[in-house]
Amino acid sequence: MTPITVLAPTGTLGYGFGADALKRGMDFKPGVIAVDAGSTDPGPHYLGSGEVLVSRFSYKKELTELMAASRAAGIPLVVGSAGGSGSRPHVDFLVEIVREVARDLRLNRFKLAWIYADIEPARIKQAIANGEVKDFEAGFALTADLVDSSTHIVAQMGFEPIIKALQSGADVVIAGRACDDAAIAAYPIMQGGHKGLAMHMGKILECGAFSAVPFAMDVMMGFLKGDSFELEPGSVGRRASLTSVAAHTLYERENPFDQHGPGYRVDLHDCRFEQAGERRVRVSGAKFIPESECWIKLEGARQMGFRSICVAGIRCPTMIVRIDEILAAAKEEAVRYMKPHDVQVTFHVYGKDGVMRALEPQKKVASHELGLIIEVVASEMDLAHAACHHISGGLLHTHYKGQLNTSGNLAFPYSPSELDAGPAYAFSAYHLMKVRDPYETFPIHYEDV
Amino acid sequence: MAAARLADLAVIIRSKNAGPYRLTFDVLLPDAATFKRVKASGVLGRESVAKALSLKPVEVTSLFELKSAHAFKVTIRRQVGQSDIGESDVYGCQQHVPLMELLVA
Repeated sequence: MTPITVLAPTGTLGYGFGADALKRGMDFKPGVIAVDAGSTDPGPHYLGSGEVLVSRFSYKKELTELMAASRAAGIPLVVGSAGGSGSRPHVDFLVEIVREVARDLRLNRFKLAWIYADIEPARIKQAIANGEVKDFEAGFALTADLVDSSTHIVAQMGFEPIIKALQSGADVVIAGRACDDAAIAAYPIMQGGHKGLAMHMGKILECGAFSAVPFAMDVMMGFLKGDSFELEPGSVGRRASLTSVAAHTLYERENPFDQHGPGYRVDLHDCRFEQAGERRVRVSGAKFIPESECWIKLEGARQMGFRSICVAGIRCPTMIVRIDEILAAAKEEAVRYMKPHDVQVTFHVYGKDGVMRALEPQKKVASHELGLIIEVVASEMDLAHAACHHISGGLLHTHYKGQLNTSGNLAFPYSPSELDAGPAYAFSAYHLMKVRDPYETFPIHYEDV
Repeated sequence: MAAARLADLAVIIRSKNAGPYRLTFDVLLPDAATFKRVKASGVLGRESVAKALSLKPVEVTSLFELKSAHAFKVTIRRQVGQSDIGESDVYGCQQHVPLMELLVA
């Protein structure tokens, strides 16, 4: 059969790709340009706050290039997990940019579709009441209170809603939160490609040229054939190798053999990789296994308070040698001082265990200086700021045994020494919810642009 | 054969989030012989990895071997949920170092 060709311009929309690589990729006459735009990986802030992951400048620049290329070739453009978290404000943000780019480029009439992935709180609470919500990996139960305290809860859609939008004639699809692989695999599956292979290909392409060597945020091509697919980077400066592709199949997931989605799993136990030319790798063996029930993965975020931080350096060996006891005392004193208000104080001590904390095997400080971040989260910005300043001021002038320098213990790089970081978010849901079918919670909207 | 650091045998040793509540480690060896040697040594087994990361063995949630890719994969429970209070590595990408120092017989 003629291969179904997919161009994945980059690993995350907004993180860039090479103009030459895009041009070269378009020479392969792909049937679709498909790109992933987000995940939970950057943390709960974007989902919680509604702020998009990358700058408006970068989104517009890249959507301009991709819309120009896809409209000139007459092929659809699919964006999954719009804006970083795929929540409603993120979808709306990209949809508005698409309209703007259409005007700027004076594009001929085309059909735009957008798909929301936000799940109504009432729908989730009903599912909780029916026993149709279960923990995925969060380690806590999803309660009605948690649902109510979440600013946004989205779920990962599968390929079905995206295919429905494409079959309705959409030329540009801006999808909310979607399984990374599904956004890329939707078009090849719609064209009759093997579902297991299409999903496996989608899983590798969703990171763009991260599966190539040297890796980068850049164009990666996928060619789906009857019983295998092939991968080749858009840039001639890169190649797909057995190691680079195999390494990527391990990336960012716990189980490299089973990939679950809403209503299916992809089985990769019998997957094979072969070098198919200097810059190309052939992959086969993935199986698509439908499941009888359809469960979607919920991702929610809630505001846990406001954060204030202070950055300081410590150079004096008399303090470094006693750092643990000095910080413990400062924290205890601040918690007492702030009563009746609760504050959560964290010290990040770089040069000691700032990166690995409890996992750090090297217990003895070997550094001649320490970098300290004092972090406070509290229910109000003023309280977080007050506690942070109280701690930094207290540490600056605290007296400890062995001290020779009585003029101050912390070297601040900034004045003011406290930086108010604003609202602090935490994940509030990472659970599975049973739905009627893969379309139920993902409404599609259309517009002629 | 003299014992070697895993860092001196592997082509990739890395850590990364696998969702907000898991941290996953990938170790890729250059060839089948090195894969076999590392496997035989047991350094990427549950007990050994838990010890290297100061964890209880039960906190290791899964171990996989991918013979065709000469690779091992070990996943642990994150000590702190991603971006919860006490977070120090949002992407979980700088937690791999203790595995570099494992000694392979």
